[in-house]
Amino acid sequence: MLYAILCYDNEAVTSSWSKEKDDEVMANLGAVLEKVDATGRLGPVARLLPTSAATTIRKGKEPIVMDGPFAETKEQLLGFYVVECASLDEALDTAKQLAAASGSAGAFEIRPLGYFNAFGLKAK
Amino acid sequence: MTDLAWIEAALTAARPRALGALVRYFRELDLAEEAFQNACLKALETWPQNGPPRDPASWLIMVARNTAIDAVRRRSKQTELPDEEELARPDGEDLADRLDNSHYRDDVLRLLFICCHPELPATQQIALALRLISGLTVSQIARSFLVSEAAMEQRITRAKKVVASANVPFETPDAVERMERLGVVAAMIYLVFSEGYSTSSAQPERAHLCDEAVRLGRLLLRLFPDEPELMGLLALMLLQHSRTPARFDADGEIVLLDDQDRTRWNRTMISEGLALIDKAMRHRAPGQYQVQAAIAALHARADHPGETDWEQIDLLYATLERIQPSPVVTLNRAVAVSKVHGPEAALAMVEPLADKLDSYFHFHGLRGALLEQLGRAREAAKAFDQAIALATSPAEAAHIRMHLDKLQLANKSTKTDVGSRRGRSSSGKGDKPA
Repeated sequence: MLYAILCYDNEAVTSSWSKEKDDEVMANLGAVLEKVDATGRLGPVARLLPTSAATTIRKGKEPIVMDGPFAETKEQLLGFYVVECASLDEALDTAKQLAAASGSAGAFEIRPLGYFNAFGLKAK
Repeated sequence: MTDLAWIEAALTAARPRALGALVRYFRELDLAEEAFQNACLKALETWPQNGPPRDPASWLIMVARNTAIDAVRRRSKQTELPDEEELARPDGEDLADRLDNSHYRDDVLRLLFICCHPELPATQQIALALRLISGLTVSQIARSFLVSEAAMEQRITRAKKVVASANVPFETPDAVERMERLGVVAAMIYLVFSEGYSTSSAQPERAHLCDEAVRLGRLLLRLFPDEPELMGLLALMLLQHSRTPARFDADGEIVLLDDQDRTRWNRTMISEGLALIDKAMRHRAPGQYQVQAAIAALHARADHPGETDWEQIDLLYATLERIQPSPVVTLNRAVAVSKVHGPEAALAMVEPLADKLDSYFHFHGLRGALLEQLGRAREAAKAFDQAIALATSPAEAAHIRMHLDKLQLANKSTKTDVGSRRGRSSSGKGDKPA
């Protein structure tokens, strides 16, 4: 069974950390990840860039592109994709294709990654 | 994890919103600041035991107002104070939320705007913003400006006096007023950045100002998420700041853009900057920050100086010339023009700037380089001599010296009576904001 562990915190606070504090937190987390990875149980790990860099697509016949992160609380996080893109436009394009294919309502938040490591876990 | 570092970060993060709200209530900066300080002390006392509140800013606003009520009673200036029964209610957080969320954006913007008082010189605006919004201590700010703590204390006190006597409108601004404030505040944030970035040698205390400006830029963009110029401003700062690890050599001297080890550029900042500029450009409403960021982005996308898309940079500088005409912008454009259309075209752009830029190092440096490329050695040497006299860093000086040595060598192969130019110095283009 695969589990995703999603990370939430107050961005204003975490972005006020000093570099030393940030490095310390990342090192502490890294130590845990290393152990998990050693058992072959670790899949992709990503750190998202701040929400100020986010763009949101509201799905629909004519998808609407909006600046900023996904802010609704009536909808729940269902999944995510990590896609290599040369530009935001390419990312939006991919998201629109996915939106059209899903045919349902909802939204996609498009956020650049600051850190990504695929680690060793192979999907079964 | 209610450790001290967390609390400090939470207090710093909550500061703009909390202080902004308190300034609106009390309409007096000193009182608001004092109340906020008291609330912070309370937080340091109680949070370690009780754990941090879910919304630190609201908690601080409530506590600050309660502690300031007595002080306010003794004065008569207060306006719009919420009634005491409400303040005394235990569900303080909800109340603060209700009272503040609708005003949040304008509170923070007002606080930033207050610092931009036109009677304050730029350095005082920056100092005040760092004190009030970033919450840096006077000694931290003094170190950034390389002045004594006493001098900085005086500067900030003076700035606060000017601000206190100013008529800051406390009403919620209309859309036009809001846009004007945003423009003024964006300029001030970029000043904070430039103050940290425009050093000619490695000074970590000053580089800290760049981090602070980026933080303010993110704060502002979170409040106004669909303003392309704010995206441009943040992108510009991130893309420039990404070069910081490569901008200084082991001796702390500046390294020119072409000579920087690009593998040392901060990739995370570049990713964020590129995402932001892509986002901004979708609005098709170019402004000075966006165009400058787009230029910086083209440098960031080139893994090697030779891969730089100068044609695109030329077009962007042409746009910038239209939006914000200045001889320095034209000079920068001439660099791109020289790469795309050759030195002759560039020199034709540069020559008419002589009057305005006669005391500008980069003018003479670029002119010299263009003349050199055109084989006009004697004129080039003269221009380089002028540049050397205006060099502001050893890197600039060394760069020009290199040009002069090259000219001298070329000269030697034809003549034999060349005097030594050792000890001289000067340069081409430094790593200035794009």
